[in-house]
Amino acid sequence: MPVSLLWAVDVYGRVYSLSTAGQLWEQCHDAQMEFKRVTAAQQWLRWNPVDGFSDRLLPSDRWQWSDVTGLQHQPLDNFRIPSDSWEWEGDWYADENFEGEPTEKGGWTYAIDFPATYTKDKKWNSCVRRRRWLRYRRYKAMDTWAKIPPQQTTLPDPFSDISCGGWEINEEPRGRLSLWAVSLQGKVWFREGIYHHNPEGSFWEDIPIPGEVVQISCGPGDLVWAVLWEGQLIVREGISRDCPKGTSWAVVDSPSPDVGATHVAVGNNVVWALTKDNKVWFRRGVNSHNPCGSGWISMVGEMIMINVGLNDQVLAIGSEDRAVYFRQGVTSSELSGKTWRAITVPRDGDRSHSSASAGSLQSAGCYFCGEVRAQSVVSDVESDTEKGSTDGASCLVASSSPESFVDAPTDHSDQPTETPKPRIPKVTSDSFISELVSDREPGKTSREGVPAGPAVLEEEHFPGEEEIKAPCAGVAISPSQSGGPLDPQWSNVDLEEAQGHPVQTGAVVDSADTCSLSSVATYTLAMEDPYGADEHPLWAWVSGGGCSVDSHSQLNWFNCSMNASSMVQSAQSMSLSVSPAQTAAWRRQIFEQLSERTKREIDNFRHYEQAIEQSVWVKKGTMQWWRDWKPHKWIDVHFALEQFSGSEGNKDGILFIYYNFYEEKKYLHAFINEVTILVPVLNDSKHSFAIYTPERTKQRWPIRLAAATELEMHDWLALLSDSCCDSRVIQGPPSKQAIWSVTCKGDIFVSEPSPSLEAMPYPTPCDHMFWRQVGGHLRMVECNSVGIVWGIGYDHTAWVYTGGYGGGIFQGLSSSTDNIYTQVDAKSVYIYENQRWNPVSGYTNRGLPTDRYMWSDASGLHECTKTNMKPPSPQWTWVSDWAIDYSVSGGTDREGWQYAADFPASYHGYKTLKDFVRRRRWARKCKLTTTGPWQEIPPISLSDVTILPCAAQSSVDVVPLWAISNKGDVLCRLGVTTLTPAGSSWLHVGTDQPFKSISIGAASQVWAIAKDGSAFYRGSVSPQSPAGDCWYHIPSPAKQKLKQVSVGRTSVYTVDENGNLWYRQGVTPSYPQGSSWEHISNNVRKVSVGPLDQVWIIADKVQGSQSLSCGTVCHRLGVQPMEPKGQSWDYGIGGGWDHITVRGNSMEPPRIRLPSLTAPAPQSPLPVRNMAVNGDAVGC
Amino acid sequence: MDKQGNDNIDSHGPSSIKADCKTSTKRSCLPLDFGVCLCVWGIYSLCATGSRSSMADDKDVLRDVWFGRIPTCFILNQDEVTEREAEPYYLLLPRVSYLTLVTDKVKKHFHKVVRTDDVEEMWLEYEGTPLKWHYPIGVLFDLHASNTVLPWSITVHFKNFPDRDLLHCPSNSVIEAHFMSSIKEADALKHKSQVVNDMQKKDHKQLWMGLQNDKFDQFWAMNRKLMEYPTEEGGFRYIPFRIYQTMSDRPFIQKLFRPVSPEGNMHTLGDLLKEMCPAALPHDGEQKRYQVVIHGIEPLLETPLQWLSEHLSHPDNFLHICVTPVPSD
Repeated sequence: MPVSLLWAVDVYGRVYSLSTAGQLWEQCHDAQMEFKRVTAAQQWLRWNPVDGFSDRLLPSDRWQWSDVTGLQHQPLDNFRIPSDSWEWEGDWYADENFEGEPTEKGGWTYAIDFPATYTKDKKWNSCVRRRRWLRYRRYKAMDTWAKIPPQQTTLPDPFSDISCGGWEINEEPRGRLSLWAVSLQGKVWFREGIYHHNPEGSFWEDIPIPGEVVQISCGPGDLVWAVLWEGQLIVREGISRDCPKGTSWAVVDSPSPDVGATHVAVGNNVVWALTKDNKVWFRRGVNSHNPCGSGWISMVGEMIMINVGLNDQVLAIGSEDRAVYFRQGVTSSELSGKTWRAITVPRDGDRSHSSASAGSLQSAGCYFCGEVRAQSVVSDVESDTEKGSTDGASCLVASSSPESFVDAPTDHSDQPTETPKPRIPKVTSDSFISELVSDREPGKTSREGVPAGPAVLEEEHFPGEEEIKAPCAGVAISPSQSGGPLDPQWSNVDLEEAQGHPVQTGAVVDSADTCSLSSVATYTLAMEDPYGADEHPLWAWVSGGGCSVDSHSQLNWFNCSMNASSMVQSAQSMSLSVSPAQTAAWRRQIFEQLSERTKREIDNFRHYEQAIEQSVWVKKGTMQWWRDWKPHKWIDVHFALEQFSGSEGNKDGILFIYYNFYEEKKYLHAFINEVTILVPVLNDSKHSFAIYTPERTKQRWPIRLAAATELEMHDWLALLSDSCCDSRVIQGPPSKQAIWSVTCKGDIFVSEPSPSLEAMPYPTPCDHMFWRQVGGHLRMVECNSVGIVWGIGYDHTAWVYTGGYGGGIFQGLSSSTDNIYTQVDAKSVYIYENQRWNPVSGYTNRGLPTDRYMWSDASGLHECTKTNMKPPSPQWTWVSDWAIDYSVSGGTDREGWQYAADFPASYHGYKTLKDFVRRRRWARKCKLTTTGPWQEIPPISLSDVTILPCAAQSSVDVVPLWAISNKGDVLCRLGVTTLTPAGSSWLHVGTDQPFKSISIGAASQVWAIAKDGSAFYRGSVSPQSPAGDCWYHIPSPAKQKLKQVSVGRTSVYTVDENGNLWYRQGVTPSYPQGSSWEHISNNVRKVSVGPLDQVWIIADKVQGSQSLSCGTVCHRLGVQPMEPKGQSWDYGIGGGWDHITVRGNSMEPPRIRLPSLTAPAPQSPLPVRNMAVNGDAVGC
Repeated sequence: MDKQGNDNIDSHGPSSIKADCKTSTKRSCLPLDFGVCLCVWGIYSLCATGSRSSMADDKDVLRDVWFGRIPTCFILNQDEVTEREAEPYYLLLPRVSYLTLVTDKVKKHFHKVVRTDDVEEMWLEYEGTPLKWHYPIGVLFDLHASNTVLPWSITVHFKNFPDRDLLHCPSNSVIEAHFMSSIKEADALKHKSQVVNDMQKKDHKQLWMGLQNDKFDQFWAMNRKLMEYPTEEGGFRYIPFRIYQTMSDRPFIQKLFRPVSPEGNMHTLGDLLKEMCPAALPHDGEQKRYQVVIHGIEPLLETPLQWLSEHLSHPDNFLHICVTPVPSD
């Protein structure tokens, strides 16, 4: 049996071929990397459209060649007549030559030089080439269908799938083929009149179908099956010698009643199908008389793509690992085969960087087994190795001469008779090869081996020498190239018969083995191979159409990568570690003594208790994991939490994420005691959560996991959260000093500060803080150091903390039993209705083509209609219908419209002559119900609240608490004490205008921000006069509107609407209003100043490993009594954070006096990249 | 080889591997980069590919070393005041661990009977010798008790802590600090500290947790990095070793010693001893007077030192060699 090739495309669109005799995926080297990339993206969907051009070229498609090309996609334009195509092919080969295969150059230029001299025969071959080219198209995703020349209008619409076969139906006229195509519209077309002299066929015939077809498959015989959109399959009946296109369709139901079929592949007598759930099905009882078969058999495995090659051999791509699987054991009597085996050979690129790689080592073995005899034969006949190599590289076709193709295109089984039997090496592989490998120095071996192959070819020259070369030239790699040595192998084995393979197979494997065990010590390997064994290819498509394998073939495709990688390493260790077989006395001594030791010291005492308990408690499950590397996507993983007793008796654990990377099982792990936070990330498609460690916080790239159901996610979150708290010995309610924060989803987190959190000069890094979730849903939360905590919901309801913990998803032990109450929150979802004015009908919902969606979000970038809008997450449910929202800033007219000259612009609430567009906002309310340690404080809705951040030792009974109502009124809460944190009643504080933010400092200094963006200071606030006496207006920084204020012990910080952070200069007890604003930082969303004057912010645009993150908790470093502005930022948890309050943390840091601390030089032990010295939260 | 993992694909899915390859499966689970120069682990991969014979390979040595156990009987010192009679306590102690790390159970057991006001820090003693917790257990045993009848009988004390002989060990973090400093010292010798410094804190933690929880795979997933060396050098820069002698006043011998001679020959255990402790070697014609024991076995003197360092080092990355007199009987 000749060597043939298996073709596959990886997910990046790179085309590889694997020789049946080889052990290496050879990449088709061409220049069009971009093209391939483009392709890749599309391959994820389905077959890509083939342009109309294809019908000119497809006609005489023969499988094995079709895929070969992939090497050229450019010259599509001038393809009308054969001579044009010839021209083009010539160019193409020239190009290929520039791809760094000088040895083959001669051959190619030859082809270029004589395009005109092609005989009929050669023309035929040209078709072959063109077929290849086309075939390539088929899977290589032409995005060029727009280029279809207008005269080719016979083609109704772009093709989405194409399949040819049927050459066994009828031998007359010569070269007759059936070509079936599926258009994007789901129609099926049959190309009429394809035969040898008219390889392009004459016209497309529309075949009526009972539905829309997505994919079609046509076997070499009379089988034609197609998949319908609805998931059923249709079978063409009545195909015969006289009627190759058949007469009618029969419908076959999908193998699985619930799940439709997605893919079908047929061969001579077999039909395989895939369903949407990636299950594999085999059709029972299919034959010429009964093309529909009799029933489905479910097969093992989950595949995304399946292909039937020659001899009904089956190849598929695994849905999970994207490996190419070969169905083993397919014989004519057992067409369904036995098992799936992954093809594990490495790709040539994988090793291309190693200088004298294991690849060449291995192939050194290959050369020998297959070629020893060939070499000797050849060297007699032809010793011109140079010539040999030029021609020989293109050998692949040798086996199937043009005639054999035409006569019996697929019947390779009778070819062995062409090759002389006596050529089989009469040596058993093992001994033969190990002898070879151990006796010969590998480098030398390969040098001998390379010329050997090509030389063989010299004696077997066919009339159509050039064409023969051409097809494989595209893929053939010169022997001089690394990874290439397998090429000559083809040439040799070509000339052998099938039984040669077993020898070779065994040999290669064994050689790997033997080599590594014995004589390779001299081999030095380049270890800097950048791909390593871990880099497994992810395949998108495979075609066995050109791969002639039958049940007797032995393929050495399966264990190779393992061998290769082990060899790389074992060769390494040869210098010291000798194989057991050659064990030196000293090694034997050690083995023996160790086993004696075991007998002596352990065997009699196995009943003794082990000192280290291995009792671990493991919880396992399956989840999806957002893969860390690109392309990022959710992949199925096994998840396990292993818990055990930690060092000091506390519980500890490790969490494992087991994933499959190609063949290999791998895992990711994190120690529970390093997890800093678990954040639920609910959206409408995934129940996911994020796990952060300090490292992951730095990268802004958490471990993201998704559970199958919300319940499952909550179970895991609660368990992991428990485990984290256990390992850190944290339990019960948050302390009074706790730092509270809220995410943009309304989730509430607390962190227990350590005394060193505010230490100078080396505080605890912010990203090491451990946060745990507290039930409830809030927009903001404020606290002070005696444990009074208030929150405000999204619906502006005021809530007071009850002293409990847990709630929400945290049940049982991780939740307090009392103090947990139902909490309801509500918010509105907004969409915009956009209209454009036109002279005829006025404002209509027909925009310009370039306009935004007529129903959109505020940005106009996303379409949001009343019907497609969903609540923000499954927690939320709609509680109202859509209604026009009149309360939009800028005002509206009576119908709620706002007008503007164009999108996007500033809108006003009245129409002018210049207004060509208008919009209005629709609102719909949704509600969330949860539980948490919060109790409502009716009846006034609040927009801000602040509590005096008294020192922990403070004995104040009544704690001043100020708030801003939803309407902008300033309020003062009376009767707030540690025992009655809810207080008793509101005292209204008069203002001239509505306010929006307020803060009270440790010395009762009250600052507030008015809606107009200016600041106010409240005079004479004291325990005796809790409401103070009057407001002092304080101008905002130039041209800035302030939006938030926070006052600590003495410091006053504000944030303006442009994200600038300001520090109030010149504040003294006698002049508490201060003198001026000093700019500290930009990109700040919110600030919280604590009782120690510590400054924490929520920052935007913090650089992570993948992107900028918004809403990051940051801590100001270098804040000291004499230097309240601090020096730089340290970055903590985020993004996605909305609010933080540190006003409870009055824990004085340990005072460390560093004698030699002269300048304020080292502000932090953190790496520089985390620091933005003196100023911006971020560098941008 | 071809047959391995072949027939069971359909039954267990494509990734299943037969049981005899279990170790390799585990290892390949580790998120490690096998492209690096790696000496010890290359051998394992071989076994992974199925050529594993009944003969032991080097990976088994690591396992045997790690899972070495000494059956021990703890007996309360007679001078301790007890409320009732103290039963002896039997344990299998890991050779590669530290006494104070694995004797919590012992402490709890005897706390139950000792008068609480008499309890001070627990310390252990064998035949009058206070046992240093900061030596690996196996070293203590080989040094002081290698010819004893098993189980090893250790006396437990709660009074009169011998401050002159022993370090205090108030918590496991002290052991961790000691262990990690040993690893760092060893890596300073082997790689100028480059490997250990390249590790992250959690990697260090993984080493320690591996030891503490007796997790071989967890430990070796990280430790293998410490066992790498550039091929062209043929070994580490210096071999981290300590030679203990009962007959010497010095706690141990530790000097710089390269694994490869200037001429390029691999140094052997014999070479090391000749230079560091010539007395341990038998003189011509004389009867052997000393045993050279590592992990309870006596490797041949021609064993390459580099191999010993890779395979018979303790988790602290030191090759602890005990030189003890041959028992007179």
